[in-house]
Amino acid sequence: MGLDIRIPMGALFSLLGALLAGYGLIGGQALARRSLGINIDLWWGLLLLAFGASMLLLAWRARRRH
Amino acid sequence: MHPKAIDWIIMGTYFAFVLGIGAALKRSMRTSTDFFLSGRAMPAWIAGLAFISANLGAQEVIGMAASGAKYGMVTSQFYWVGAIPAMVFLGVFMMPFYYGSRARSVPEYLKLRFDEKTRGLNAITFAVMTVFSSGISLYALALLLRLLLGWDFNTSVALSALIVLVYIFLGGLTSAIYNEVLQFFLIVFGFAPLVLIGLKDVGGWQGLIAGLHTVARSRGFEPNAWLSTWGVMGSPRDNPMGVDWFSMAMGLGFVLSFGYWCTDFLVVQRALAADSMDSARRTPLIAAVPKMLFPFLVILPGMIAIAATVHGGASGLALPRKADGQLNYDMVVPLMLGRYFPNGMLGLGLTALMASFMTGMAGNVTAFNTVWTYDIYQAYIRRDASDAHYLTVGRLATVVGIALSVAAAYLANRFSNIMDLLQLLFAFVNAPLFATFLLGMFWKRASGHGAFAGLLAGTLAAAVHHGLTLPVGRTTGIKGGWIAVLHLYPSQMAQNFWTAIYAFAVCFIVTVLVSLLTQPRPEQDLVGLVYSLTPRERSTARRWYRRPAVLGACVLAAAVALNVMFW
Repeated sequence: MGLDIRIPMGALFSLLGALLAGYGLIGGQALARRSLGINIDLWWGLLLLAFGASMLLLAWRARRRH
Repeated sequence: MHPKAIDWIIMGTYFAFVLGIGAALKRSMRTSTDFFLSGRAMPAWIAGLAFISANLGAQEVIGMAASGAKYGMVTSQFYWVGAIPAMVFLGVFMMPFYYGSRARSVPEYLKLRFDEKTRGLNAITFAVMTVFSSGISLYALALLLRLLLGWDFNTSVALSALIVLVYIFLGGLTSAIYNEVLQFFLIVFGFAPLVLIGLKDVGGWQGLIAGLHTVARSRGFEPNAWLSTWGVMGSPRDNPMGVDWFSMAMGLGFVLSFGYWCTDFLVVQRALAADSMDSARRTPLIAAVPKMLFPFLVILPGMIAIAATVHGGASGLALPRKADGQLNYDMVVPLMLGRYFPNGMLGLGLTALMASFMTGMAGNVTAFNTVWTYDIYQAYIRRDASDAHYLTVGRLATVVGIALSVAAAYLANRFSNIMDLLQLLFAFVNAPLFATFLLGMFWKRASGHGAFAGLLAGTLAAAVHHGLTLPVGRTTGIKGGWIAVLHLYPSQMAQNFWTAIYAFAVCFIVTVLVSLLTQPRPEQDLVGLVYSLTPRERSTARRWYRRPAVLGACVLAAAVALNVMFW
């Protein structure tokens, strides 16, 4: 197919995750007032980062097998 | 809602990736099969995610949340009674004929199985329908952007149409499918926190139940009316949707859902792009797994919002009212996004919404360009041109399809009644379709004349039924009763379900009768197209859980379990 979807997907979600987590880390608790005390940017950003990284890992493993 | 730089950066990043994927795929679009069917090379999991994503437009997300608030848990029947059994039927029983016949589209299957006129009728109505659906997506997106971000209608339409145009023009169906997969994850990641924070707001699951009891009591229902499904469907008076179990099971569960999931080329096209028969059959089955869980993602927000509005929550979230004093249910998702999400998450949520509008549009455009090129242009305008010629026609059809969608969006903006009327007409055309496919695939005697007559009669029956009935409390006209009012339904939903039941029954009977009076096709022409004349498809999968029949049985068992859990 020319392009393994997991590469752009992994890159996109890693990047979005890093952006969100970074913003949440700087913003701190002031940011969390809306989301009822949960620093959702930080935690959700980390989750996205983990998802993106695992996609990249899967793509990398598939490529090595060929 | 006040987006800041971080939100714009998140949106911008996403759209840069969307366009980048289109550009990266340009090199691999060499033949028309690459462009229209992704070269039939998609692994099952990608085709499966695209399969649900193509249907999960933003109207669906916003509409399901609104229904969750309006009708409660009963809404989940659209998934657990409607979609799942139909998707299993498609994968296990119908896909061998679609994929095995090498038809490149659903209308082309009708041509192979029946005749040219049946294909023509289906192809032309489908092409018109996709253009308008795509236009409605565009219109709804522009309205939402105006509401949330204060964008001008022209700017929103032009920008969204341009992005969709570029990525389909470059990368064809592959590009659309890849973006649908991205959108699937974006919707999940963008909406799940809405449910988490919302639940915290109303005091957790127990708090939600207490709140929904208050909602039900305040509307004069039994306390569990917003939390049960089959349990409140003994009579239309017991549930806020105003439907009984029979019309739910037959109308929605059987006719409407099978009609949509098993015959709509927009979704079937994703399975036809799969890399093998086994993958094509697994596509809807894999799709069914997340689909089953979607009620918790898209319906639950509506239930949370209504509980917070009526019973009260920690943050004071309350649905706004329309000018006539009714609660504005369509505001569930935008309201919760603005209320619960801090900057950052807000960007992600808005991106998920915009992405689902655009993939909703892109799905229609890719289905349109394929049906136009193979079933209209190649069938009636130029039969024997080179493959490169059809590839060019497909690219041009993409441009024209998008231009027509933009025109439809402006039409919808000027005359919203026209859109209601068109959607009604489409419903009439779609209602009988499943009877035609069912008879076509499982009764070798069904003839082309029978199918054609059945489709016309079924559509007519739908129109007449609509013209003779009316939901309680509505005025005659677009809601029904435009011939005479012979029967009143307790709700519009009940009327829709019964329109479908009548259309299906009439199409079925007329197809059988006319088929019996006309010549059947010789049996050797129907090998691979009809169940009784086709050798059983044997799965080549080595692992048991990859076999379509086993996977289908597991999916069905899980759907039954969900029905029982939320009885």
